[in-house]
Amino acid sequence: MTAVLPQQRTLTYAEAVREALAQAMEADERVFLLGEDIGTYGGAFGVTGDLVHRFGERRVRDTPISELGIVGAAVGAALAGMRPVVEIQFSDFTAQAMDQIVNQAAKIHFMLGGAASVPMVLRAPGGSGTGAAAQHSQSLEAWFAHVPGLKVVMPSTAADAKGLLLAAIDDPNPVIVLEHKLLYKQSGPVPEEATRVRLGETAVRRSGGDVTIVATGVMVSRALEAAGQLAAEGIEASVLDPRTLRPLDAAPIVDSVTATGRALLVQEAPQTGGFMAEVAAAIVESSAFGHLRAPVARLCGLDVPIPYAPQLERAAVPQTGDIVRRARELVTTW
Amino acid sequence: MFDPYVADIDAEALRGLYRDMVLVRRGDRESNAMQRQGQLGIWVPLLGQEAAQIGSGRALRPQDMAFPSYREHGVAYTRGVDFRELLGIFRCTDHSGWDFKAHGFHPYTIVIGNQVLNATGYAMGQKFEGKVGDDDGEATIVYFGDGATSQGDVHEGFVWAAVYDAPVVFFCQNNQWAISEPTERQSRLPLYQRARGYGFPGIRVDGNDVLACLAVTRWALDECRHGNGPVLIEAFTYRMDAHTTTDDPTRYRLSDELEVWKHKDPIERVRAHLARTGGADTAFFEAVQAEADSFAAELRDFCFNMPDPPPERVFANVYAEPSPQLDAQREEYLAYLSGFAEAGEH
Ligand SMILES: Cc1ncc(C[n+]2csc(CCOP(=O)(O)OP(=O)(O)O)c2C)c(N)n1
Ligand SMILES: [Mg+2]
Repeated sequence: MTAVLPQQRTLTYAEAVREALAQAMEADERVFLLGEDIGTYGGAFGVTGDLVHRFGERRVRDTPISELGIVGAAVGAALAGMRPVVEIQFSDFTAQAMDQIVNQAAKIHFMLGGAASVPMVLRAPGGSGTGAAAQHSQSLEAWFAHVPGLKVVMPSTAADAKGLLLAAIDDPNPVIVLEHKLLYKQSGPVPEEATRVRLGETAVRRSGGDVTIVATGVMVSRALEAAGQLAAEGIEASVLDPRTLRPLDAAPIVDSVTATGRALLVQEAPQTGGFMAEVAAAIVESSAFGHLRAPVARLCGLDVPIPYAPQLERAAVPQTGDIVRRARELVTTW
Repeated sequence: MFDPYVADIDAEALRGLYRDMVLVRRGDRESNAMQRQGQLGIWVPLLGQEAAQIGSGRALRPQDMAFPSYREHGVAYTRGVDFRELLGIFRCTDHSGWDFKAHGFHPYTIVIGNQVLNATGYAMGQKFEGKVGDDDGEATIVYFGDGATSQGDVHEGFVWAAVYDAPVVFFCQNNQWAISEPTERQSRLPLYQRARGYGFPGIRVDGNDVLACLAVTRWALDECRHGNGPVLIEAFTYRMDAHTTTDDPTRYRLSDELEVWKHKDPIERVRAHLARTGGADTAFFEAVQAEADSFAAELRDFCFNMPDPPPERVFANVYAEPSPQLDAQREEYLAYLSGFAEAGEH
């Protein structure tokens, strides 16, 4: 007996995002894109590619260089019943648009007593590793996760890049999708169908009994690589990827830590005020507390702006070797 | 109206402007080539914008302050910033290498439009300190692109400068493109006409004419010095190369357009004028060429030998004073690194 598997083929993360956008636009006239250089140019990271040729300039809009304008217009369009999908060229420049994101998009449904909603998606590439310096390399997920009314996702695989984006476009709330620049060229199996990945479901990427590693974004693949190396030393790690930061699906994390008794939380963003502090709190506030055999550990970016020089840039954020070292320390010391 | 502002430009002065433009173009081309050879992380070409930058930059006085965006290598040169010092920014070894107060040249700003508000604030400070009002007054100039004119920062800068009579010259280099987006994506109106709505003068100048740029910018700075600012200048020019070395303009614009602008090359224009009027002879042009060659050779040499920053630099300058938290992270990091060094010894 053979199980019927959904048709998959290998796509890059960027291609997976583009496919999600194309399928969403094919299925629903209300979906349209707006951003800087997303038309003929195909996007600063090539994500929108040829979409302007397939869907026309009305639905793939090159906008004036004004991020506040882009998001403000998208909020307005969403209120009018459209399904705008915004691309901000670098997630750093959501800063220009923060007023519209935080004070309008996130609040409108609440303040209108549910009379209107803002089904808007904002995609933006974040993260370091490309030599783009302090103003083009930040990991700002904690900013958004802190704002009630927003949902926040961080896809770490090509399949999730597609599935989470499709779910985000369906979602009646404003959803911030933080893609990662280093992942755009990574490939993985992606379903051909417009398969959704539900928002708010943590993925267990690997199971092992000695330590639970929770990681987001580009740190997920580093954590998996680290887990492989640890396994060669006889240390078995679980790797969990929340995928959606808000709403956070903490139950699988709690279950895993209950079993392993050790938690290592890995994020690229600077430590102070970072999202992994929230995950740590979720663990220690849960029944897993009584099962902890070691203090909950975080491995985060240094509390510095991302430096420009490549060797300093690497030093500023966790690398695979750092994850191995910290996980080993946790398991052997406790 | 503007002729008096360049009445002092004789053949010798014009030869000087020609030399300036040739040198910065050569620096630009050499840097572009070094990026192609993997010696620089990225390069932002100024090709085609030499007249706008040298003309406006040479209009500045030592007491003035300039706020660039990221393409103003020509202005940097006129402010006495060594071209070599610019390379650190593009080799990823430094964020900005010069003393901005000493040079009257602020660090580059990459986030589109930000510097316009900062320049406005700086100019307000010049006024509040009583440094404006006569021939010796101070003024500020801020550079930004056609794309930047869509940012709220720029409009807010216009509003603030207008209501506080700030001595600031808004110098927009309209090079026709914001990466892949043409100027029509930013405005219906010629950009200089926007000033009117804010209540100050706006003027368009041929950005490929170095004398015109010099004259108009001297006039605008004079207005500001005397307390009649702000002023908007739109220098109408063309980005003859890619947006940056990571860009490929053939994806979004026709080569015909470039061919048309090549006929307006800012350097060729001055060369032709000097040759025709007898303002310069072959020996002069050859000497400038030779100087440009050695300038380029020095740049290469300097670039190849630039030291990498030490690892602990990552912790420097996050705050103005020492931070116990960062000190702890630095200790931990250095101990970690020395672990490798020791391991390597065995
Ligand atoms: C706030 C912000 N948004 C987007 C970008 C990405 N970006 C870099 S340059 C550029 C185009 C700017 O065009 P223009 O102002 O005309 O200046 P030019 O590059 O032509 O000199 C864009 C969109 C950025 N750096 N900052
Ligand atoms: Mg431009």
